[in-house]
Amino acid sequence: MATAAELANDSGSPADPLDAFRGEAKAWLDENFDPALRGKDNAMSAVDGPTEETPAQRKWREAMGAKGWGVPTWPKEYGGGGLSRAEARVLQEEMAKIGAWNPIGGMGVMMFGPTLLEYGSEEQKRQHIPDIVKGEVRWCQGYSEPGAGSDLASLQTFAEDKGDHYVVNGQKTWTSGGQWADKCFALVRTDKSQKHAGISFLLIDMDAPGVETKPIRLISGQSPFCETFFADVKVPKENLVGREGQGWEIGTRLLQHERNSLSGGSGSAGRMNAGKTVPDIAKKYRGTDAEGRIDDAELRTRIIKHEMDQRAFALTLRRAALEAKGNAGPSAATSIMKNVGARITQDRAELNIEIMGMQGLGWEGEGFSEDELAQTRSWLWGKAVSIYGGSSEIQNNVIAKRILGMLDHQ
Amino acid sequence: MAVLNDEQVMLRDMAREWADNESPVAAFRKMRDAGNAEGFDRGQWEAVGQMGWAGVLIPEEHGGSAFGYLSLGLVVEQLGRNLAASPLASTAVAASAIVEGSSDAAKGEWLPRLAAGEAIATLAIDEGPIHDRAIGATVTDGRLTGTKKFVAEGDAADAFVVAATDGLYLVAKGEGVSVSSRRMADSRSHADVAFDGAAAEKLGGPELTQAIADRAAAVIAAEMLGMAESAFHQTNDYLKQRVQFGQVLSTFQALQHRMAKMLTELELMRSAVEGALEAIDARRSDVDQAVSLAKAVAGDTLKLVSREMVQLHGGVGMTDEYAAGLYLKRAAVLETMWGNAAWHRDRFARLNGY
Repeated sequence: MATAAELANDSGSPADPLDAFRGEAKAWLDENFDPALRGKDNAMSAVDGPTEETPAQRKWREAMGAKGWGVPTWPKEYGGGGLSRAEARVLQEEMAKIGAWNPIGGMGVMMFGPTLLEYGSEEQKRQHIPDIVKGEVRWCQGYSEPGAGSDLASLQTFAEDKGDHYVVNGQKTWTSGGQWADKCFALVRTDKSQKHAGISFLLIDMDAPGVETKPIRLISGQSPFCETFFADVKVPKENLVGREGQGWEIGTRLLQHERNSLSGGSGSAGRMNAGKTVPDIAKKYRGTDAEGRIDDAELRTRIIKHEMDQRAFALTLRRAALEAKGNAGPSAATSIMKNVGARITQDRAELNIEIMGMQGLGWEGEGFSEDELAQTRSWLWGKAVSIYGGSSEIQNNVIAKRILGMLDHQ
Repeated sequence: MAVLNDEQVMLRDMAREWADNESPVAAFRKMRDAGNAEGFDRGQWEAVGQMGWAGVLIPEEHGGSAFGYLSLGLVVEQLGRNLAASPLASTAVAASAIVEGSSDAAKGEWLPRLAAGEAIATLAIDEGPIHDRAIGATVTDGRLTGTKKFVAEGDAADAFVVAATDGLYLVAKGEGVSVSSRRMADSRSHADVAFDGAAAEKLGGPELTQAIADRAAAVIAAEMLGMAESAFHQTNDYLKQRVQFGQVLSTFQALQHRMAKMLTELELMRSAVEGALEAIDARRSDVDQAVSLAKAVAGDTLKLVSREMVQLHGGVGMTDEYAAGLYLKRAAVLETMWGNAAWHRDRFARLNGY
């Protein structure tokens, strides 16, 4: 009788057919990953913008790009790794063992690539997927507009049909990394007479004449997002993905990839004070009583509730993963992930600044440790997690309607 | 839902079907209205015995199936959905104390009867209205003296697994044992049990008492899970049929978001409860933490859902005719039993060094 806990550790019996692949992966990684790169990260992933790629980082990215292992399960014919899910897991395990990180990332990998593989034409796949696989092109997302946030389908950016091309006019906002992106996958209106069915999915070069970006400064002081303006931008017809009017379907599919990748709940707000838990921080800043308890009973209770919430969430992530590969079919548990992940991230940051008092609200300069300053910024940045990728209110609408079968207001 | 093996899927489905056909909420109501002094129906208990559910924690050599705690939890959860009044949870955990204990005589004498549902057993640990693990009962020369309060299924129990200062004992009903019923809001069996020099067979030391109290908490957390899910779905169904302002209530966003919030908590509750049952089966070293997590989350979540069930049913939720009140009253008893959420939170923090 296999318990769920045993299933979680089901890799590596002696006759494991994956052993051969494990050996191959290990040998290749040993040859190509420079141990000096341990603890570094993908140069494209920083919230404050891409950092300069060192020659060693570049070499590692090129090696992984050529092998296709940055996107291990994507098809080989477009440069992907062509691995099975089980092989990809083995690869991940072997990389973790030696501290190797994936140099291929960004929106192209997480969202656009999987969507294009599903909906794109053969030419489009051949044109765009290999560049994503090699980490050579940076993609950004043109969805939200000033007047179309939670009600995304009310978007107004218009692509006018000019025969062999479109002319695009309008404005997008919250374009993550727009100022550093090479290309944009955008939802545009091709028909003003229909709401959802008038939307199309269009690929736009960020260096095309008429495209302009303006970084948005956030409350945290960072500028990870832009406003993006389109003024008479010419876009060739072959950049339309799917049919005209199919954009809502394709765009929502892409959002599923986005929400899956956001639901880990471990945004930067979670990782401050490296390795220290909220109770650790409370003991350090507030002290303990004679029995070793945090010396503020009311605060302690709220910390415990948070710690338990986090523990129950970790068990839920594990349960959903086991159910996905086990016998239970798709799990209702996945629908709650984004909201719970957001709540945990934000509760943790709120508890930390409360515990640290004034010391947890420093902005810059003398008098604060690096951890303390980072805590302020991550507390502020963390306010985004219940808003982006479908706000918590939108998630609750989705749960009520799709899971609970509750109806729209008449 | 945890990943189950074939036996577990069968067990769960069978329990679900039996509870829906033989033990719906109406059966509980009938038992209550009849003023049944034992707090459960003997005919139903016989059926439970025949299906082997009382032996889920008992080894095969003593007539059980030894499926384990996750399996017992699956059955108890299904019964909890319909508020099925059964001494199953008490009997199974008390049997588990005998299994884990050191007395071969007790095993030989009691386990086969308990596995077959021919005898009822229960835990008698707490001595006050709150579970605080303070024990005053003592044993001298094999004779146990002390008073245990609010013993679940105390009215019909044939054997008591009793905590004394130096550990856990088995006491058969009989001389030196007097049972006083305590009629409570949930219409189930609870009793104060006074032991006055009753013959006691030792099962183990205080660490066994702790381990068994944890197992009892995990099993009622499974009952709470079944209750919470059922209360939630009954409420959702009610919102879909009750019309006000020319619309069914389920179209109102304020209510939709309350329901979405409850579903969110229910998913976390399921993970915590199943996590504790799996931890017990795997004999993990952090069972105590896993149980405190499960009982605290289960307590908070069932409290939320059962109170919202009354509120969202409006006036009819206050009537005895509707089930909301039945869930509310049982919920409050289980929230308190084997440690309320506050007690388990404090324990969880102590176990984690803060």
